[in-house]
Amino acid sequence: MAPYESDDSTIAGEADDLRAGRRKAARYVVPVAVVGVAAATIGLVPALADSGDPNLPKISAQQLLDKIAKSDVQQLSGTVKVTTDLGLPNLGGLESSLTSAAGRGSGDGSSADPTSKLTELASGTHTLRVAADGPDRQKLSLLENAAEYSLIHNGKDVWGYDSQSNEVYHSTAPDDGAARKKQEQPPATPDQLTKDALKAVDDTTSVTVQGTAQVAGRDAYRLVVKPKDSGSTVGQITVAVDAKTGLPLKFTLTPASGGAAVVDAGFTQISFAKPAASTFDFKAPKGAKVTEGDQGEHAHGKAKGGLKGVPKGDDRHGTPGKDSGKGPDGMKVLGKGWDSIATFDTGGKGVPSGAEAGGQFGSFLDSLGDKVTGKFGSGTVFKTRLINALITDDGKVYVGAVSKDALVKAANAG
Amino acid sequence: MSRAETAVPRELGELRTPSPLWTFGLLRSELVTTFRRWRTLALLAVLAAVPILVGVAVKIETSDGSSAGPGRGGGGGGPAFIAQITNNGLFLVFTALAATLPFFLPMAVGVVAGDAIAGEANAGTLRYLLVAPAGRTRLLLTKYATVLAFCLVATLVVAASALAVGAVLFPLGDLTTISGTRISFADGLGRSLLIALVVAASLIGIAALGLFISTLTNSGIAAMATTVGLLITVQILDQIPQLHALQPYFFSHYWLSFADLMRDPVYWDDLTKNLGLQALYAAVFGSAAWARFTARDITA
Repeated sequence: MAPYESDDSTIAGEADDLRAGRRKAARYVVPVAVVGVAAATIGLVPALADSGDPNLPKISAQQLLDKIAKSDVQQLSGTVKVTTDLGLPNLGGLESSLTSAAGRGSGDGSSADPTSKLTELASGTHTLRVAADGPDRQKLSLLENAAEYSLIHNGKDVWGYDSQSNEVYHSTAPDDGAARKKQEQPPATPDQLTKDALKAVDDTTSVTVQGTAQVAGRDAYRLVVKPKDSGSTVGQITVAVDAKTGLPLKFTLTPASGGAAVVDAGFTQISFAKPAASTFDFKAPKGAKVTEGDQGEHAHGKAKGGLKGVPKGDDRHGTPGKDSGKGPDGMKVLGKGWDSIATFDTGGKGVPSGAEAGGQFGSFLDSLGDKVTGKFGSGTVFKTRLINALITDDGKVYVGAVSKDALVKAANAG
Repeated sequence: MSRAETAVPRELGELRTPSPLWTFGLLRSELVTTFRRWRTLALLAVLAAVPILVGVAVKIETSDGSSAGPGRGGGGGGPAFIAQITNNGLFLVFTALAATLPFFLPMAVGVVAGDAIAGEANAGTLRYLLVAPAGRTRLLLTKYATVLAFCLVATLVVAASALAVGAVLFPLGDLTTISGTRISFADGLGRSLLIALVVAASLIGIAALGLFISTLTNSGIAAMATTVGLLITVQILDQIPQLHALQPYFFSHYWLSFADLMRDPVYWDDLTKNLGLQALYAAVFGSAAWARFTARDITA
């Protein structure tokens, strides 16, 4: 209250003032209430919308595997969220400049080259859009800030379009059906990841059906794939399989060490309607720089190679780098199933130890890996959350999705 | 405040039931006052100049046939869509909006919103406005409507200037969406209008924030400076990765989602988040401004 207003105040006036003061203070309840309601909405609506796990008829693991194998979804469009956390240090800008440099080094220098683009999927969270209409027409788009990278397969053409730099990459798909079939699903979708993971299913694996889930508004079974051996760094793989179509909707790979999933790829929205034909109709925009790629098979190999940071069934069979076609000679696979370890001899000196390199650089090297010793001599173990590698001082390399101890054991035996 | 002031409506309450026309008259006079100010016109002129600068710069850079923007390797240089301008002038609209939205547009809105109440108080005209009699809630709503009208006009000025410059300097025609599909020029024009509306709507939050700050002080300059300062602070905080848990609640966080309208099909997730967030800011700071303004002493 301003002081001058109380000049002629009576007792009744003071009571009035007090009431008025309370009324004024009460007005601030409105914005506070708005904030409260908003916070409650943000907190509660997802919880309320979660209608619990759907009731579905019981199904055995084998039946579900058959269902996945038989699944023949030809037409779909949807949004996929992929989160990858390999536990690699976050290099931020450095990383992207490294990957784009790598992409450029490997070929033609177009930023629309699938290799350089899909490498980005190896870390962080990304939103993808997929659309498919039969074996001949697919589209995969990587949504970026105010830009998009699209990989479009239409008939015999494969187009990559990077809207940020306005560059186009073009190659032709192989004509033979088998190769085309391979190219059919873009990598990194739950579907593709699951198919790769299920290739690794053998007697060292336990496969069970554990309840149901709701993914992208669809009822799904939860298939849990677990390595039986304890040496693997793979904790378990959970796949949500659409109850109606048998299409894997969500793929989650949890490491044995616990914590967040290493790979989590799932549809957030999906529709089985036929996508508009214009979706796959691509013509290089005027003025865009077009880079002609090699034959489709090669492009495919490159695209997969670009994703080699994402662990897949193939890799767990002990052939990391196979996809890129650059695997070193003389590679051997020790063990089988999930515990398999790839080994090869670089013939070199291995990684110089900190003492040899000396100084600060040496301690930097040491900080990257753990020194280990065993019957084989000594070496350095480089760890990520999924793949571990042991490089011995005499130049032998052991790589696998297995624990450090398993690597040392393999080195001792070899 | 004052029994004197609360008493006035109480006594006149029976005599005066203001007609909707009166509100409209108040709004019209506010609009005329705002848009006739040299300050407002200067702000709009600056906004109109941005697309001209961008357009001329791109034209000069590409006059030797090279492509604009981030060329090889796709670094993050330049505002969004800049690589496409040379091939289609319509993209200048999107580039200009992307270039002005982070700072120029909200700064202009902050100036107008910060001035709305505090400027009147500063000039000593606020009490005359209230004596008019306008009613405090009504005056506040009118002021907010005027600020929102300025948001829309400012955005449309940028878009129209960009379209004119784009049409003069670059070819027009069918365009390629960022998803790689083609849409007709008419469709493209429709989308750019939609984008302009979304950009204008993105400014609702800072307009409400500015209005609230404007009710806190009697100094127009202080209100403008605080609003623009807050804008800059939030923009900086939005860049700090450690704050990622808070960032979805910053009013500027989803601003650039308007680019999602250029995807095919349109990706609505972030757009709806943006609009919802702006509505939330308008509700919170609008009601806070109301609580403050209807309860405070008007001394100037």
